[in-house]
Amino acid sequence: MENTLNPKKKENAAPNHKRDKFTRQLPLYFMLIPAVVLVVVYSYGSMAGTVIAFQKFNLAKGLFGSEWVGFKNFESLFSMPTFWPVIRNTIVIALGKMIGGIIVPVIFSLLLNEIAHSGVKRTFQTMVYLPNFLSWVILAGLFFDILSPSTGIIGRIFTALGLDAPFFLGDPKLFPGTMIVLDIWKGFGFGSVIYLAALTGIDQNLYEAAQIDGANRIQQTWHITLPGILSTVILMTVLSMSNILNGGFDEIYNLYNASVYSTGDILDTFVFRLGIENAQFALSTAAGLFKSGVSFVFIVASYWLADKFAGYRIF
Amino acid sequence: MKIKSSPSRKIFLVCNFIFLTLISLTCILPFINLLAISFSSKTAVVSNQVSFWPVEFNTAAYTFILDNNQFLHSLLISVERTLLGVAVNLLLIILTAYPLSKSKQDFSARSVFSWFFVVTILFNGGLIPGYLMVKWTGLMDSIWALILPSAVNVFNILVVMNYMRGLPKELEEAAYIDGAGHISTLVRVILPVCTPTLATVTLFAFVFHWNSWFDGMIYMSTTSRYPLQTYLQTVVINPEAFFRNATNVSSELSRYLELVNARTTNAAQMFLAMIPILLVYPFLQKYFTTGLVMGSVKG
Repeated sequence: MENTLNPKKKENAAPNHKRDKFTRQLPLYFMLIPAVVLVVVYSYGSMAGTVIAFQKFNLAKGLFGSEWVGFKNFESLFSMPTFWPVIRNTIVIALGKMIGGIIVPVIFSLLLNEIAHSGVKRTFQTMVYLPNFLSWVILAGLFFDILSPSTGIIGRIFTALGLDAPFFLGDPKLFPGTMIVLDIWKGFGFGSVIYLAALTGIDQNLYEAAQIDGANRIQQTWHITLPGILSTVILMTVLSMSNILNGGFDEIYNLYNASVYSTGDILDTFVFRLGIENAQFALSTAAGLFKSGVSFVFIVASYWLADKFAGYRIF
Repeated sequence: MKIKSSPSRKIFLVCNFIFLTLISLTCILPFINLLAISFSSKTAVVSNQVSFWPVEFNTAAYTFILDNNQFLHSLLISVERTLLGVAVNLLLIILTAYPLSKSKQDFSARSVFSWFFVVTILFNGGLIPGYLMVKWTGLMDSIWALILPSAVNVFNILVVMNYMRGLPKELEEAAYIDGAGHISTLVRVILPVCTPTLATVTLFAFVFHWNSWFDGMIYMSTTSRYPLQTYLQTVVINPEAFFRNATNVSSELSRYLELVNARTTNAAQMFLAMIPILLVYPFLQKYFTTGLVMGSVKG
């Protein structure tokens, strides 16, 4: 088909077809060179760099000079008294964020969808999307101020009510819940976009037909609206599964302190302190590799399920 | 058809409106509080008088910060990093998405390269190997350490690639008949119709670069090379640090000490760092939404 489009190529189409095709595709290969080089160095390079996890790594000796120690780093990692609590903290916080990160945006989008006036709706949207686009550095500064028991606004509300202000960021019992709530707060508005899109995609004739049949608002929501967004909800749930070990480094790192390590230290902050602060490169890489390995299984599984049940493919 | 409103429906609508108003306010009021603090006097802030409106209005906190070299220096680094980073991201997205958007007949190695890029979503080497790669490629302390490791954003490439695939095939065929090669087809035919998706990924990249702080922290050895968010991070973690340094460095600023403290100056710095995001916010709303829906509803 390509050859019929270009008369010049018709003459020697048969003998040189393969080379001709390659020549025509050559610019496409050239376009890919810069990205391929960068990905080879920084992505595949770091993947290869995970061999450090199996070495008694010495920065001076490098990747090729360091001594191989098999799974020794993993053995010492798994026997660290802090490691398994860190895994538990990570899963607790990640699960809380995953569940809240689905439920809250769904409910919000359902409620927002009941607002008929488009200007009002848009105003609400403008307000709730904002936190999503700000960095956790700024939000952390904001919440340090707001959540401070002595000087923050929240603290003052508690004091005004005659209650002791809780120390949301300093009490190990409250810290994980605080992290989950703040993360949901940051993301629920923007997370609702996808459900609002699904809601607008529902055929309005269905509602009219239901009204004629005498269905009330709640019945309409139950029988038309919810089934209408169910596939999107399932898709987002399945895709969020891949975050099972993502406690949210940016949020935790900027808001935690040593007094909440028992419940607030997650795998990513653990890897960071071990590797960058304590320069335990091999041990930290082993912990990182553990995370990447488990995450790999979950990411592949979630994409597979998303493809199977929702027909979603990333490419 | 007009929905008839029963009394219970009306009650629901009123409650719903009030509830949504409260929820929306929780997303805005913290920032109003921040802004009010930044424009209030030290005494008003210390005595907890400030809520959502400045008390004893003054701009000393801002003057104080804009006299501070570290803040301005970090701001410049952030601007440089964002402009350069977005340009590099965009260029690589275009150069990569176009070949990958071709059909298998038009680009034989398409699947191989698609998987080559997608593997990086599925698996990553983690913090330390990534850190060492930056070190070994000699980027430490260079602005490129903030740009090259994240230069290829596979998600953004996929968004643009999917958009290009959705374009009518006739566009390219027409260009091909006219004798246009791949480069001129891309530049003259494909890119002009890709404006919405390119706007989306440009904004994605802009927000990413402006908000990044972690890479600055680990790849820059001195605080003078920190981009703004990294610098802010040091201030946020240790609120008094900036204040002490600033007052030590320039003693002529001591006249401000009557009016500012760590809380007002931090509030002012955080607000200034938000401004670029607020400026692009209207565009964000427009394009992020289309981008997100576009990226996720495709089959």
